[in-house]
Amino acid sequence: MQSAASFLPSRAPGAAAEIQSVEPLLRIRDVSKKFGSLEVLKSINVDVSPGELVFLIGPSGSGKSTLLRCCNRLEEATSGSIRFDGSEVLDPKLDVNALRRRIGMVFQSFNLYPHMTALSNVTLALRKVLGKSGPESKTIAMAALERVGLAHKASAYPAELSGGQQQRVAIARGLALEPKMMLFDEPTSALDPELVGSVLATMRSMREAGMTMLVVSHEMRFAREAADRVVFMEGGVVVEQGPPAQIFGPDAQPRTRAFVSNEDR
Amino acid sequence: MDILFQQFFNLDIMSKALPLILEGLKTTLLICLVVIPLGILGGILVAVGSMAKSAVARRALALAVDLMRALPPLVLLILIYSGLPFLGLRLSPLAAVSIAFFLNNAAYYGEVIRAGIESVPNGQWEAARSTGLRADQTFVWVVLPQALRNVLPDLISNTVEVVKLTSLASVVSLQEMLYSADMARSLTFNNSPVVLAAIIYFVMLWPVVRIVSRLENASAK
Ligand SMILES: Nc1ncnc2c1ncn2[C@@H]1O[C@H](COP(=O)(O)OP(=O)(O)O)[C@@H](O)[C@H]1O
Ligand SMILES: [Mg+2]
Repeated sequence: MQSAASFLPSRAPGAAAEIQSVEPLLRIRDVSKKFGSLEVLKSINVDVSPGELVFLIGPSGSGKSTLLRCCNRLEEATSGSIRFDGSEVLDPKLDVNALRRRIGMVFQSFNLYPHMTALSNVTLALRKVLGKSGPESKTIAMAALERVGLAHKASAYPAELSGGQQQRVAIARGLALEPKMMLFDEPTSALDPELVGSVLATMRSMREAGMTMLVVSHEMRFAREAADRVVFMEGGVVVEQGPPAQIFGPDAQPRTRAFVSNEDR
Repeated sequence: MDILFQQFFNLDIMSKALPLILEGLKTTLLICLVVIPLGILGGILVAVGSMAKSAVARRALALAVDLMRALPPLVLLILIYSGLPFLGLRLSPLAAVSIAFFLNNAAYYGEVIRAGIESVPNGQWEAARSTGLRADQTFVWVVLPQALRNVLPDLISNTVEVVKLTSLASVVSLQEMLYSADMARSLTFNNSPVVLAAIIYFVMLWPVVRIVSRLENASAK
């Protein structure tokens, strides 16, 4: 039997070179967004490769949420291009519902459906979007809840769960659809400090399982240890992006350093 | 004093009128069974319509709702029952009542349900849409259930009003409870049958009214 590696063309070794050659899963090019006359995104360029965890940091109002929301068309970019998994996200003819099946999103305020159990929160899209049967969607949903460590809370309502548990159910709701990528908009900002760890642990295990993630967050410690790349935004522009060692290191640009040291307190 | 008692609480007459009044009650319940679901459905349509993208459509709907709210339901019912035949449309009394109540109730339920829909945070829409649900699926499975629950006291209050209004059906000679009671009154020259009908209305609606104030107190806390 041949090993997979022998199919690859031989070339100079080096993992970094190989990662570079991989087509990005998400490719944001020259994206701008205006709300009326207010330009909140100015020609943004960001790539996310398969399996990468990219962190998006920056002061409040710098356009981080807007950029995430342009990626799944909750917000319409004014100009530019966003390629995701072979298709142009900004194409007006694109089937947005089909796109959203392949990009999960997790919100700061969880946004679980309060009138449904944790299990039903997860099965709803499986049934209505993917058209799976009741028993099949239940099996998939239980597996997703298992992955976030909450299978035992399947029949609980959101109001009966802690914030951290609610956010993990929200993650399971996204995971169950087996998206190629997940977007996180400040997933731990609404949590009591003692509950943050459980959500970050879930995100870490997703990363280990190979999930591609674009994360807006103020958890600088987590960014430092878990991110492949950190993008620093301010005033609607990307000021600097690079590996955590660069962004959090002494050679980062002055504006980046000022923001990071202020966040670290 | 005794004459008053004989005139309003004559148990003998009440027991004789009871079968007729119970027949009327059946019709009253039948009317409720038709007009309440229809009204709620109409209310949902009005609420959805008032979120329409087209400003012209929203204006037109708002005007129609205002008209229905300003028009006494009795006038509407008589217009439909005795007016439509001139346009070549003969309606049964129940059909006339159903249409009149649909138009009137849709306007009132519509206001209540619209407030309910507005009370559901935008994040609910966004979360559902971000999993690939279409707007209509999001509305039916995520937003509407929460909307109805959020305005449940108002919804029930409005329904109590609808039940009371079903007595209007007597004017198109639909033999609901008040019609039957009034018939018994004119046959016996005694008011006791009407008092009996009043008692039945009260027994039916009082628990519902209690539930509403419970719910209102609970949500005020
Ligand atoms: N729907 C909107 N309408 C108008 N302005 C908006 C809207 N959403 C966001 N903004 C503005 O866009 C800017 C960027 O917001 P946002 O993307 O939420 O920033 P961040 O997530 O980095 O805090 C802010 O100035 C904000 O007020
Ligand atoms: Mg934000």
